[in-house]
Amino acid sequence: MNINDIISSVSEHDPEIYGRLDTRRQAMRSFAGIGKKLTLASIPLALSAMFQKAYGQTTTTPAILDTFNFALTLEYLEYRFYQKAVDTTNLIPLGAQLTAITSIRNNEQAHVNFLKATITKLGGTPVAEPTFDYSAGKGSGNGPLKAVFTDYATFLAVAQTFEDTGVRAYKGQAGNLLGQGDLLEAALNIHSVEGRHASHIRQMRKLNNFGTVKPWITGNDPGVGSANSLVQPSYDGEDNTVQAGVSIVNIGGKGTSATAASESFDEPLTKSQVLAIVNPFIVS
Amino acid sequence: MKETQKNETMVSDNFSFMQKGFHRREFIRYSGLAGAAIATGLTLDACSKDTSISSNGVNFGTGDYVILNFAYALEQLEAAFYTKLISSPYSGMSAAELTLLTDVRDHEIAHREFFKAALGSNAIQDLTINFASIDFTSRDNVLNAAKSFEDLGVSAYNGAGRYIKDANYLTLAGKIVSVEARHAAYIRDLISNGSFADSSVIDANGLDTSRKPSVVIAMASAYITTKLDASTLPA
Repeated sequence: MNINDIISSVSEHDPEIYGRLDTRRQAMRSFAGIGKKLTLASIPLALSAMFQKAYGQTTTTPAILDTFNFALTLEYLEYRFYQKAVDTTNLIPLGAQLTAITSIRNNEQAHVNFLKATITKLGGTPVAEPTFDYSAGKGSGNGPLKAVFTDYATFLAVAQTFEDTGVRAYKGQAGNLLGQGDLLEAALNIHSVEGRHASHIRQMRKLNNFGTVKPWITGNDPGVGSANSLVQPSYDGEDNTVQAGVSIVNIGGKGTSATAASESFDEPLTKSQVLAIVNPFIVS
Repeated sequence: MKETQKNETMVSDNFSFMQKGFHRREFIRYSGLAGAAIATGLTLDACSKDTSISSNGVNFGTGDYVILNFAYALEQLEAAFYTKLISSPYSGMSAAELTLLTDVRDHEIAHREFFKAALGSNAIQDLTINFASIDFTSRDNVLNAAKSFEDLGVSAYNGAGRYIKDANYLTLAGKIVSVEARHAAYIRDLISNGSFADSSVIDANGLDTSRKPSVVIAMASAYITTKLDASTLPA
């Protein structure tokens, strides 16, 4: 069996093998360069190194694509939510509030487009936009949040929950992008925008007297009154006051309260926690 | 508090300096100036065993400590700013503003103290901060400075993430940066309601701003009297 036979037999299982090897020209070159000097016995080792170079990146890419497609699903959820709200007459008061929600809608739409383009550029396929049921009724349209597009307070409560959850979701995925340079940076650049949105939505709720919330999350309190129990999983764990084994309460003898300690750090959510939270909103 | 206010006016009009971009060439020029002017600014405290100072200034260390010390320096700056802001409130500060700006101060102190504790003997020294260019009696002046600090902080964490090698540190940076983003949005809305994520910080892809650590330190140095050695920071 010669090298060409090996590659062509791999190609039966991986039709893209030639492309992979070809796009890793350096791997090919270095193999060709050292090939002359190799003894027959050492060729399998060199060949193995070449395949590792060819496949090395693709062993991590599926995880990265999964992460970005997960993020894309959340961005679809947010974008379509704000789009429907903006399209609903008499839901959002005209003026500053409609302007703000429209601006957030635009950011989420830009995130959707950016993530789709990034996934495609990485050789992946962007997931299609799901069908959403913002009543949290799993398609019935009659879930516990059925007033979401008729009652402004409910709408803003759901908006706050989506933004706070989005912040936590991106944070939970950062580790999957460790060392990924521009890809990690882009995810961080979306993450902080969600934080800005969350802050503004919370201020809007306060100004409308819909809740006593602050721009930051206090303890594990959702701050959405009667809807608290519905959205509690989005806030569970936010009352953490120990970071990297260091207790933040009164740290350094500076009088930091438990409230401030919880507010000063946002907490991540795992992918499965986030999927459980958004599940009632996703029909298919 | 340790953040003694010195009256050095080495960099005039720091505020517009921060608001505009800051280019590497200016940074190098500024570093040279700082080197000449600040060498005598270090206190005895600064010479404790836990600090690494050479004639080049405070060194941030190696590996992930570089980024953690970088964050610690920024949090020292922010904590000092809000401590001063709350100790001498601008005229016309509303009760609601006092409450939330006090929260922000407490968050920044928590961040600062966290890095100090987490870094332990690897922590840089307490930095000497100089806010002479900020008029703390003026709401506009103070809030615009706060906006610059918060936006700078967000861009700093966003730009530093790629250099972190330990996933736990990356998550920690993430836990802090979203709180800075909440602060930034709040301050921006205080200045102009609705400017929480405007096009001065968010691009056409809906992405927030990132800045390289060396650029951030150059901008922050306008308010830091202690000489910093940015040589180990990613350029």
